[in-house]
Amino acid sequence: MTSTFSSKPNNDNLARKVRPNQSGRFGRFGGQYVPETLIPALEELEKAAQDAWQDSSFKNELSHLLKTYVGRATPLYEAERLTKHYLREGEGPRIWLKREDLNHTGAHKINNALGQALLAIRMGKKRIIAETGAGQHGVATATVCARFGLECVIYMGKEDMRRQALNVFRMKLLGASVHPVTSGTATLKDATSEAIRDWVTNVESTHYILGSVAGPHPYPMLVRDFHSIIGEETRRQCNNAFGRTPDLLMACVGGGSNAMGLFHEFIGDKSVKMIGIEAAGEGIQTNKHAATMTQGRTGVLHGAMSLLLQDQDGQVQEAHSISAGLDYPGVGPEHSYLKEIGRVEYVAVSDKEALKALQLVSQLEGIIPALETAHAFAWLEKICPKLKKGQEIVINCSGRGDKDVNTVAEQLKSEI
Amino acid sequence: MTEIRDFFQRFFQTDFSRTKRIKKCFEKVNREGRIALMPFVMAGDPDLKTTSEILLALQESGADLIELGIPYSDPLADGPIIQLAASRALSVGTSPKKVLSMLSDLRGKLSIPIILFTYTNPLLSIGMEEFCKQASRAGAAGLVVPDLPLEEADKLSKIALSRNLDLILLVAPTTPQQRMKTIAEKTNGFTYLVSVTGVTGERRKLDQKLATLIKQLKEVSTKPVAVGFGISEPKHIHEVRDMGADGAIVGSALVKRISNAEKGKCALEAASFCRELYDT
Repeated sequence: MTSTFSSKPNNDNLARKVRPNQSGRFGRFGGQYVPETLIPALEELEKAAQDAWQDSSFKNELSHLLKTYVGRATPLYEAERLTKHYLREGEGPRIWLKREDLNHTGAHKINNALGQALLAIRMGKKRIIAETGAGQHGVATATVCARFGLECVIYMGKEDMRRQALNVFRMKLLGASVHPVTSGTATLKDATSEAIRDWVTNVESTHYILGSVAGPHPYPMLVRDFHSIIGEETRRQCNNAFGRTPDLLMACVGGGSNAMGLFHEFIGDKSVKMIGIEAAGEGIQTNKHAATMTQGRTGVLHGAMSLLLQDQDGQVQEAHSISAGLDYPGVGPEHSYLKEIGRVEYVAVSDKEALKALQLVSQLEGIIPALETAHAFAWLEKICPKLKKGQEIVINCSGRGDKDVNTVAEQLKSEI
Repeated sequence: MTEIRDFFQRFFQTDFSRTKRIKKCFEKVNREGRIALMPFVMAGDPDLKTTSEILLALQESGADLIELGIPYSDPLADGPIIQLAASRALSVGTSPKKVLSMLSDLRGKLSIPIILFTYTNPLLSIGMEEFCKQASRAGAAGLVVPDLPLEEADKLSKIALSRNLDLILLVAPTTPQQRMKTIAEKTNGFTYLVSVTGVTGERRKLDQKLATLIKQLKEVSTKPVAVGFGISEPKHIHEVRDMGADGAIVGSALVKRISNAEKGKCALEAASFCRELYDT
């Protein structure tokens, strides 16, 4: 599956200062397509983030909490049995897992939730809102709000609340209120719209902790920067483990936060190949998929221009994936850009392939990955036969699968 | 042939009746010492045939301009009433093209300016050029795009003007003064003042800051100011008129009234609501 590139990656279009540029765009993607009411708040947020990153007390507090509360650094783990499984006559890559699933709350999401909570406190905002699909970002946000004594309101599609009842209870236990969203398709897309509407209404008292590298500028940059510690640790750990940068990075892409967190550090290292894996659902030929990067066309959703699943009239289409975290018709604008300049390759794997990978990793490594993460593992089937001995792959093991066991059990029973 | 016809249409539209229709409308209303009444309706709710009846009924009942909503799947700036209206409109297959074609069929009958209210994505999906061309051909006078801020508006504004369409920009209560000035300079037709920090929807009371906002806008620009979001009762129209506004946009309250109307009576209900608002 190859994409058509409109240009080639070079030093200019890979430079940090154009990701994003001064008007908040990654090439033609990104921007701020939001109601006027929010524009001053977005400016305030951009400035607060800029100040914070230059303030050593902010950075010290963040890294202290990442270490003592979140449990960073997460290990880089050599998946020996998985490596062996994919050897063909002694040939094949070595597979490493960046263990983001070992973070507090069980996924990478807390890196960003923690950082943004600290920012909200700096801006003097005591009420936090967030959207959530599978509930992982909601749980991470509820967790940090509890930690700092902030009021927390989570918007979640009614349909997702039903599918992820356990996470709903976790959020409530942590003191958050969970607002069911019934409009539209009652999933992540509508929860995000509702969170934005809340923000439009309460912008003066409230900070919106957006959970992906999506939304209006500065969110794609802000969320990426809080997750970029994933890639920074990976570089150091690869150096210690095998003395150089890896050959290939792989991560699943819904909105794309865990992928950006891993990729960002290596964008300028041209020897490092990157693949983003999105959800093909029941197949990209059906209309039940979430393959925005491979099937979408340019549009505007939730404040940013990016690739988007939409019909011929520009109405946003319902996405479908077995994994609630990838079940989103949009994607972060930087991913659309990295695809367009040919820096990152994007592919899609189906529900079935992801389920199979989830079982394989569970049984070979004793690690139950989240269904989202399982999509990244599923691509090993396709890529490993093409790679040689001595090549090093790092997969972002972005979350653990405890939350998915009900879905998986349901699926497996129906197949027996 | 269509090209030639299009050329002549544009020629005649440009040189006679079509330029600055919104501006002229506000001038007339001002001369009459009134505030412009600007109802909002969602196209296709409950269906496009009814919408066209509603538009004519509103014109007959005293509306000065009409804001016509093009339904969109993810309306970020709208509260529940207009969201639901958009969902109903989409569920009966309403599309931007069908809305424009309905409007086109009303040419000759509908003489008051029609302002299209559309989100960015459906507009981009057709293409800015093509959308403006079709909107102009259908007889629209202006555009409001609530999720297209100042930073993104220049390009569309130019294209729209070349088709005799005014791109109307919005000012919010959170907009800083310098930015308010820039928006008032760049808007065409009038400045759309969002009355509350929030989304569209009925409200019992007007925001306390509103009088100050209108005053500030009037100080930086001579363009008309129309107030929208939350204007739902005759007394609100009274109040904003006294604050110096030139127009009052009534959306959710009317949309709700239409959605509650008996089958076949939507246009009648819309008309009587419009008259009630004007008995001020």
